[in-house]
Amino acid sequence: MANPNGIGASVRRREDQRFLTGRGNYTDDFKRLNMTHAVHVRSPYAHARILGIDFTDAAAMPGVVAVLTGADMEADKVGSLPCGWQIHSKDGSPMKEPPHYPLARDRVRYVGDAVAVVIAETREQARDAAEMVVVDYEELPAVGSSTRAVAGGAPLVHDDAPDNVCYDWHLGDKAATDAAFANAAHVAKIDLVNQRLVPNAMEPRAAMGEYEQSNGEYTLTTTSQNPHVTRLLMGAFVLGIPEHKLRVVAPDVGGGFGSKIFHYGEEAVVTWAARKVGRPVKWTADRSESFLTDAHGRDHVSHAELAMDADGNFLALRVSTLANLGAYLSTFAPSIPTYLYATLLAGQYKTPAIYAEVKAVFTNTAPVDAYRGAGRPEACYLIERIVDVAAGVVGMDKTEIRRRNFVPKEAMPYQTPVALQYDTGDFAKNLDIALPLVDYPGFQQRRAESKARGKLRGIGFATYIEACGIAPSNVAGALGARAGLYECAEVRFHPTGSVTVFTGAHSHGQGHETTFAQIVAERFGIPIENVEIVHGDTNKIPFGMGTYGSRSLAVGGSALVKAMDKVERKAKKIAAHMLEAAETDIEVKEGRFTVAGTDKSLGIGDIALQAYVPHNFPLDELEPGLDEQAFYDPKNFTYPNGCHVCELEIDPDTGVTTIVSFAAVDDFGNVINPLIVEGQVHGGLVQGIGQALYENCVYDEESGQLVTGSYMDYCMPRADDVPSFTVRYHEDQPCTHNPLGVKGCGEAGTIGAAAAVINAVVDALSDYGITHMDMPATPEKVWRVIRDATPAMAAE
Amino acid sequence: MSCTVSMTVNGKTVSREVEERTLLVAFLREHLGLTGTHVGCDTSQCGACVVHVDGRSVKSCTTLAVQANGADVTTIEGLAASDGTLHPMQAAFREHHGLQCGFCTPGMVMSAVDLVRENPSPTEADIREGLEGNICRCTGYHNIVKAVKAGAEAMAGARATPVAAE
Repeated sequence: MANPNGIGASVRRREDQRFLTGRGNYTDDFKRLNMTHAVHVRSPYAHARILGIDFTDAAAMPGVVAVLTGADMEADKVGSLPCGWQIHSKDGSPMKEPPHYPLARDRVRYVGDAVAVVIAETREQARDAAEMVVVDYEELPAVGSSTRAVAGGAPLVHDDAPDNVCYDWHLGDKAATDAAFANAAHVAKIDLVNQRLVPNAMEPRAAMGEYEQSNGEYTLTTTSQNPHVTRLLMGAFVLGIPEHKLRVVAPDVGGGFGSKIFHYGEEAVVTWAARKVGRPVKWTADRSESFLTDAHGRDHVSHAELAMDADGNFLALRVSTLANLGAYLSTFAPSIPTYLYATLLAGQYKTPAIYAEVKAVFTNTAPVDAYRGAGRPEACYLIERIVDVAAGVVGMDKTEIRRRNFVPKEAMPYQTPVALQYDTGDFAKNLDIALPLVDYPGFQQRRAESKARGKLRGIGFATYIEACGIAPSNVAGALGARAGLYECAEVRFHPTGSVTVFTGAHSHGQGHETTFAQIVAERFGIPIENVEIVHGDTNKIPFGMGTYGSRSLAVGGSALVKAMDKVERKAKKIAAHMLEAAETDIEVKEGRFTVAGTDKSLGIGDIALQAYVPHNFPLDELEPGLDEQAFYDPKNFTYPNGCHVCELEIDPDTGVTTIVSFAAVDDFGNVINPLIVEGQVHGGLVQGIGQALYENCVYDEESGQLVTGSYMDYCMPRADDVPSFTVRYHEDQPCTHNPLGVKGCGEAGTIGAAAAVINAVVDALSDYGITHMDMPATPEKVWRVIRDATPAMAAE
Repeated sequence: MSCTVSMTVNGKTVSREVEERTLLVAFLREHLGLTGTHVGCDTSQCGACVVHVDGRSVKSCTTLAVQANGADVTTIEGLAASDGTLHPMQAAFREHHGLQCGFCTPGMVMSAVDLVRENPSPTEADIREGLEGNICRCTGYHNIVKAVKAGAEAMAGARATPVAAE
């Protein structure tokens, strides 16, 4: 490696200095002259008609500037929050797409639905006044779960969505799948629930709106993973503000995990209200509001069947899933249980026929959308659970049945029966690396030792593949996306040779200010200190699509390479002129431009200076300056893949599960910064472990009340709940269709971990005849399973 | 109703007229502009708001400003040396990539410093138990644990150095 801070180096993060010294700039940290504070009045009912809102007393409270309602928004012709993806049902009909207003107009449809906003001089005054707003509700029967939504006679969440169905969709070849089942020697079956989760970024959502009367410009500062998308959706569809008059800034953002992709009503409220009251308006969620109103994740109820021949070869997979979308369609909600879920149901296996049906329904719960992994964890969990069940059905070792069915490396590129084409992957290699890490041959002895101590030991495997770097825009468009999915980059050399990079990707913990700078430093042979990365401001960067689906490096990094290519091409022409040589004779290496076979050469800094002080410059041929922009539209998804192994011990007396070891082997293609990649894996694993053992978002089925609305009720994994990890990756299978050969690493940990943990839990409980347990495997649930099974054991 | 609250924050004496119900975290953030201390929950669970009051870690979201009247308060902004040199714990978090989005980090670092004050050479289990009151959603704790261990060693080294020089 020529550059000590180049590609492959574990460069310590440049953003850390400000975060470690309290100098980060998160949305709630911003203050403006004459700023006001907004607090929302939210529905305490899951479903109710609004008969009236009386805010006379509230408006008279100290410090209150305004109380605004849905009627005010309606009068100002404020639109509905748009949905960014349209799904069509089996019968060709478009999904039901009911309006979703930032402030409810006549009905509230989930606990936390906003009905009014109070704006006051201080946050405390706004809160006091919000409590004085009297809303006259007529409570309506509610639907608190997806299964209740489709039960006969269930109340309707939206009058124009019969049976509460948003869409009834399918993918795959039903006839071929049915035929394979007809000829199967063995069939494994499973019913499972992939429970609802709350993403829980540690920074609660916040938004600050500003309006400048002198020029009609609005500014929204917000906790967003993709400020341009928010600008487009809010400007064009909700508030009717042209883009050149609307600036959206996403400053330091304290984690997102998907929940900050979406355009939320509060963003529109503060922006609109800033003009109404003529002053800046800031809103910051408290954690209770986050639980109630952040888009949640997962919430699938599925049945799956896997057909096999006599030797355990997979013949066909049949899946039926009921997906809960909540009360309204969040920005990308319809795409998650369809094109980010069913398309992944081949997993790492060469199952020739797959058929999936997905019925997505409305309920009186918070909207559900992408949460770390977004559809892919649900797919991985279902596949890896049923594969373990299948191993039991045919009596095979759990690693052998996987190995037997892997898509072999030689079959790449591989077309799955569910629309995707994997470019690279060596799944057997992942397993080969993982097995020695966990001493698989020694497991039975360790199990016996645990048993001697009265403990139950289990080992669980999960292999995963995910589709990341979403997506070729034309493919996504054909599948219903209402947006492009490219990324932009601008590389601006300054006269003295330093560089500012503008990227449409957004960093909210991923460390782009470091990794993107490494790529530039390596390419041009310059110190990393001379490279600045700018992101998150629509007034500074070209139109960017933001960060989600592990796309920053695969798509945004590729755009960066394209822009650097353009810079280098121009620099080469300038160098040829300056060196009085033919362009074809110029050799370029790490920012040095040399006339082949001579010692005549120039550095990129010399060229940059000449580009801006063009005294010896080919002005007839070239424009001055060295500043290039590029947009990159991916040719395919990228396909990170790997193998996770979890070993754990259960105390049968208490039901407490303790993870003894956890190994993750991943193929992310080429790695830019190993330290950061490993950190992404660690964090992802704990979110997967959290789902498997701790986290569960519970609504009361009938009342639609959120039961788990705080950290006292929703169990977040803490430091003493999880182990340290063994993380390995290999770079043998770089992505074949992007210039960096990268695949993405942000979601991998979460995708594989939950299945590995539950497979290990079920393995530990196998002596009790357990073949499945729904997540989370809490001590109570495990203890009950053991208690209920023990008499049967004793009777044997 | 308002009252006057005075305390020393990061070595400077401050005094403000505030509502009696003002929380210490609001006092720091809203009245003093020290926005390094964060609010991550409303139930004293997440620890993003941890500061030191008279040398002990305290969740400033559950402390009234008046309770800290007359106290010596240190926030994340006051941890590094005046010349900008990071505290050994801050440096260890950077070296071991113990932070990602940075939101829980101030509270995590302040808790870690107090943890090491109470237990100068903590084991991995001690660290995990000691940080049980701080939630991080990004790192999976793996690198935080490494950072705290390294930070503890560096703090012990810093304490030992003058003795060794004698």
